[in-house]
Amino acid sequence: MSNPTLILGTTPATLVVSGPWTAAQSALLEQLVATLPSIDPQRRNVVIDISGVEHLDTLGAWLLERLIRGYQLQKLNPSLAGVPDRFRGLLDKLHDVNRSRPSQQAKKTRLAATLETVGRGAVSLYIDLKFFLAMLGASGASVVSAVLRPRSLRATSVVYHLYRVGWQAVPIMLLITFLIGGIIAQQGIFHFRKFGADAYVVDMVGILVLREIGVLIVSIMVAGRSGSAYTAELGSMKMREEVDALRTMGLDVVEVLILPRILALICALPILTFLGSMAALYGGGLVAWVYGGMSPEIFIARLREAVSLTHFEVGIIKAPFMALVIGTVACSEGLRVKGSAESLGLQTTTSVVKSIFLVIVLDGLFAVFFASIGM
Amino acid sequence: MSVSAKSSAISVEDLTVGFGENTVLDHLSLNVQRGEVLGLVGVSGGGKSVLLRTIIGLIPKRAGRITIMGADTDYANIATLHNVGSRCGILFQQGALFSSLTIQQNVQFPMRENLEISESLLNELATAKLEMVGLSPDDGNKFPSELSGGMTKRAALARALALDPEIVFLDEPTSGLDPISASDFDTLISTLQQTLGLTVFMVTHDLDSLHTVCDRVAALADGKIVEIGPILQLMSSQHPWVKSYFHSNRAQSRSTANH
Repeated sequence: MSNPTLILGTTPATLVVSGPWTAAQSALLEQLVATLPSIDPQRRNVVIDISGVEHLDTLGAWLLERLIRGYQLQKLNPSLAGVPDRFRGLLDKLHDVNRSRPSQQAKKTRLAATLETVGRGAVSLYIDLKFFLAMLGASGASVVSAVLRPRSLRATSVVYHLYRVGWQAVPIMLLITFLIGGIIAQQGIFHFRKFGADAYVVDMVGILVLREIGVLIVSIMVAGRSGSAYTAELGSMKMREEVDALRTMGLDVVEVLILPRILALICALPILTFLGSMAALYGGGLVAWVYGGMSPEIFIARLREAVSLTHFEVGIIKAPFMALVIGTVACSEGLRVKGSAESLGLQTTTSVVKSIFLVIVLDGLFAVFFASIGM
Repeated sequence: MSVSAKSSAISVEDLTVGFGENTVLDHLSLNVQRGEVLGLVGVSGGGKSVLLRTIIGLIPKRAGRITIMGADTDYANIATLHNVGSRCGILFQQGALFSSLTIQQNVQFPMRENLEISESLLNELATAKLEMVGLSPDDGNKFPSELSGGMTKRAALARALALDPEIVFLDEPTSGLDPISASDFDTLISTLQQTLGLTVFMVTHDLDSLHTVCDRVAALADGKIVEIGPILQLMSSQHPWVKSYFHSNRAQSRSTANH
């Protein structure tokens, strides 16, 4: 294929353009048009003869248009000559484009940009808090109405969700907490043995698991497993306008969709925490036996001395509150999903991150609280 | 190469496509001439989109031959296929705009991958394409999620046209648009088709598009093309499905309004 050319014609103020002016020649073409061939400024009219152009596409036509505009800027009067009919439509089309610049936003200084980021962050934090409280309030109101009119509680739905977030979660929770218990015991034995204190591993595993680790691990797992599922379900219902459909039928979304989910979570989490703690103790005991050579009888006897009912209570009291936080965050994030699939993914991620964060913060607050009341 | 193969943009012979036990396309043959607008109509779920996706190579075929721009897709080497690919533009039903890029960047994407041109020319060309499909330069800075249905279709068309393709595949271009936007879009397609000399392969259910834009219409039923020709020929077809399609109440009111 021959190369595209742009040369000064034999008659003055004439440019002769020929060859294929298509995207395939883009690099070459751009160089050709980069510098305008200089025209004697005395002459007003510049003629661009394109009769020799074999092929023309949008790129070529735009470059020709750019040539014309370049000469117009030099106060000359360029025109095209020898335009084949088949190119006329395309050239006319490109004659009108790129006339207006897209409006540019004013450049921000770095300080202004930082301030803006901080401001937006603060506002979004405020909005998040508002949503969370609104959801908490709505569920609270819904609980009150369920107490006043027990028939309005969706029992089937509660049981169904209890099955999903409770029963179906049991195997994975048992496995994870069993492993965590084992790991804590192994680390304890390994390090305590150096100063002959390996018997105290039982105290450590018992207190740590019952007070903190059991409920914390289970809550984090539930936030990742069930909280994200809640957000995704509600989000896709919101996306497909199912939530709006419910509303137009005169039903209360909180009562139908959210309360059963949160209640199921509140019932499930203490049970899972109990099972998880037991699995962790079992794991710890097993490792102490196999790795530390402590017989199960001694482990159980020491455990009985080391832990009291208080430790167990401290752990289990926290569980329903964790569930409330996870459920509320998951549901409110689910209802904040907008029309697109991206927003569904984004809210699901946000929901998990937020609920794990809040679970840990709440655990910290409880630690302070229990310490101050002497539990 | 025979004369007919040269003048046809897409030629499909004896194409069979199926999933599992069910055969969707059964020894289908179809020829799209260069520079024509071919509309494809057919039963819902009858394989219109499957045919389109098979031609562009997204669905594997069981048997048959597909020739695009004279290149047999089974035997052509990779360079030829790439060349053919860059000469085809595809408008997907939902637009398929990349959600993480702005409209301007979406249109620039194929150009950036295939052409060696400067950033400023890239910007100018992308804006030119956007204006050609009737979007303003300001729309270029928006993200796909901020666009309405009609604008999404236009932006997707701009991206499909980014490399000045010779063949454009349109999958239900006017579905989900209001009648005014749909007719604007039809006009747009026919202007662009004339100015750029495009070959258009359009899957559509829009009777107005069939009447106003399409040079020929092909009817797909039972996995075969049962009738192909100008719209008037199809309207007088004796095939039971084609007959009921063009003589339904909606089609009737359309044709009486037209004549």
